[in-house]
Amino acid sequence: MNVLLNPELWSSALTLAIPIAFAALGGVFSERSGVVNIALEGKMLIGAFAAVAFSALFHSAWIGLLAAMVAGALTAMLFAWATVYLRADHIIAGLAIDILAAGLTGFLFNSIYGQMGTPSDTPSLPIWHVPVLRSIPVLGPILGHHEALVYLFFLVLVVANWVLFRTPIGLRWRAVGEYPRAADAAGVPVLRVKFWAVVAAGVMAGLGGADLSIGILNSFSPNMTTGRGFIALAAVIFGAWRPWGSFGAALLFGFATSLSFQLQGSAAISKNIVLMLPYVVTILALAGFVGRTTAPAADGQPYDPER
Amino acid sequence: MRARTIWPGIAIVIAFVVGGLLTYAFGNDPFIAYGALVSGAFGSLYSIASTLTVTLPLAITGLAVAFSFRSGLFNIGAGGQYWLGGIAAAWVGYAVRLPPVIHIVVAMLAGALAGALWAAVIPGLAKAYRGAHEVITTLMMTYIATDLGHYLVEGGPMQQPGFTPQSPPMAPTAVIGRLVPGTQLTWAIVLVPVLAVAVWYVLQRTSLGFSLRLAGYNLRAARYAGVNPVTAILTALAISGGLSGFAGSIQVLGVDRRLFDGFDPSYGYTAIVVALLARNDPFGTLLAAVLFGALDTGANQMQIIANVPFNLAGVIQGIIIFFIAAEGLLRYFRRRRGAQAQGDLQTAPAE
Repeated sequence: MNVLLNPELWSSALTLAIPIAFAALGGVFSERSGVVNIALEGKMLIGAFAAVAFSALFHSAWIGLLAAMVAGALTAMLFAWATVYLRADHIIAGLAIDILAAGLTGFLFNSIYGQMGTPSDTPSLPIWHVPVLRSIPVLGPILGHHEALVYLFFLVLVVANWVLFRTPIGLRWRAVGEYPRAADAAGVPVLRVKFWAVVAAGVMAGLGGADLSIGILNSFSPNMTTGRGFIALAAVIFGAWRPWGSFGAALLFGFATSLSFQLQGSAAISKNIVLMLPYVVTILALAGFVGRTTAPAADGQPYDPER
Repeated sequence: MRARTIWPGIAIVIAFVVGGLLTYAFGNDPFIAYGALVSGAFGSLYSIASTLTVTLPLAITGLAVAFSFRSGLFNIGAGGQYWLGGIAAAWVGYAVRLPPVIHIVVAMLAGALAGALWAAVIPGLAKAYRGAHEVITTLMMTYIATDLGHYLVEGGPMQQPGFTPQSPPMAPTAVIGRLVPGTQLTWAIVLVPVLAVAVWYVLQRTSLGFSLRLAGYNLRAARYAGVNPVTAILTALAISGGLSGFAGSIQVLGVDRRLFDGFDPSYGYTAIVVALLARNDPFGTLLAAVLFGALDTGANQMQIIANVPFNLAGVIQGIIIFFIAAEGLLRYFRRRRGAQAQGDLQTAPAE
């Protein structure tokens, strides 16, 4: 049980949660507008690659971060075009984006960097030491110093929650996901709202990918997201399609991963068993045994304005 | 209607053209690259055997996915069921003593059973009784299966004494023989067409298949026709998972001949592409599996000869499935043509 008292465990749980939390927030954005976003995984991967490529090229992690957001948005536009305007099946189109992203980033990585990997002098985002926070007794070592994106995440989270639940934009946004026909009748441009919701989700997933590649590390390797986009989708559901809920779920996943690292080499319990935890919890949550979750009513249904 | 029939073909052409442009953009000759790909996939007996070695698991998991899609269920966890099939078959293969042929058959059936249970018990019951969507549950079960497999061979009960994370080798009686010496292609390839016919027969010629397809097409109508939705969900997932598990068992008994942590679940994802490209038709699935088997095998040769990264295969796969998903494009073109025709009609009398 000494493991649980180690602040390193909790600090790294937060670090590991943030990439998933960004993507999960994107998942909330898109599912609230009625688009099931299994493409998060691919957008994260594209974001992770763009972040390193531009950070290395311009010797600026912030330009890398910007590039990740743009790359995530562009990928999301492709996905949104297919799902919203062409009424493609969300799952199939999402899988297409995931497979395409894995292939494309692998292709670009091998074409541009080859055996050597991404440049070792790629700048990564700074680690911020927060003055007051870091001197609080127990919480200080856990919350006091992290990659910049960890703190930026909380800013985004608060703003997102406010927009989604306290502004007219958020009302339209959610209406489109719950009952598009009524929203349409009330004059909401349903397809446009869905499109931009998905693009916003792409920006979030891009940020999540950037956090992996230039926040926690300063390199890219093929398939480095290893299913975090799918886990984010699970966090959306486990978090009951709410921004704070999805963050809580992401924390749980981060904790399980962090715990598995801490238990590495320990004989007490296999890290592989600990790693199963988040997936098991997700299934229990989906089956309604842990918490209660209801998807937006029109989630996953393409909307045809002419019918 | 005709455009819809040839759409998968158009998707393949678009994908190869885009892949060629990408190759060209990075300073390589796409014709040399594709030439190397084709010769790497079909140029010699060895390469044909290598292609078919990849086709084998892709075809069977593709059939598994197609079966579930036809039943209206989105089983995207074929990779996990494949792992479980591998685990069960490996255990029977090294821990149980049986006479030659029987050993293989029992190990394969154990793999199929494990895959069936992995799909039907948790995702199936959660779907049937709690409405949990199978897309997420089967995906989660894939991660759990991978972790379980890693646990079993990394310090778990199936690890061979020593430090390497792998199981003991299969007993000689449990090993499926090689069809082409010097390659990894086993005679199990003959099972592929048999399974395709079996899947076709069950879906099209039995009352079970009819009720599963009906449930997949319209659950409410199926209920009126006396189909029990719970039974339909569990049966469809069990058959689909069983096929994936079967594929995993063949891989362990024929190709790898022991279980190790590199046992790859990614066939489960490619299987989705295979099934979708084939529009869930069993025989089309075989063709699509050959295509992707060739793409996978040829891409390695392409990397060596033409210096084009093998990941190009992934780009091509992704574009194919994207255009399959974006079939709405056809509707869009048709409507534009329709609008034009209508416009002509409207302007004509005014002239």
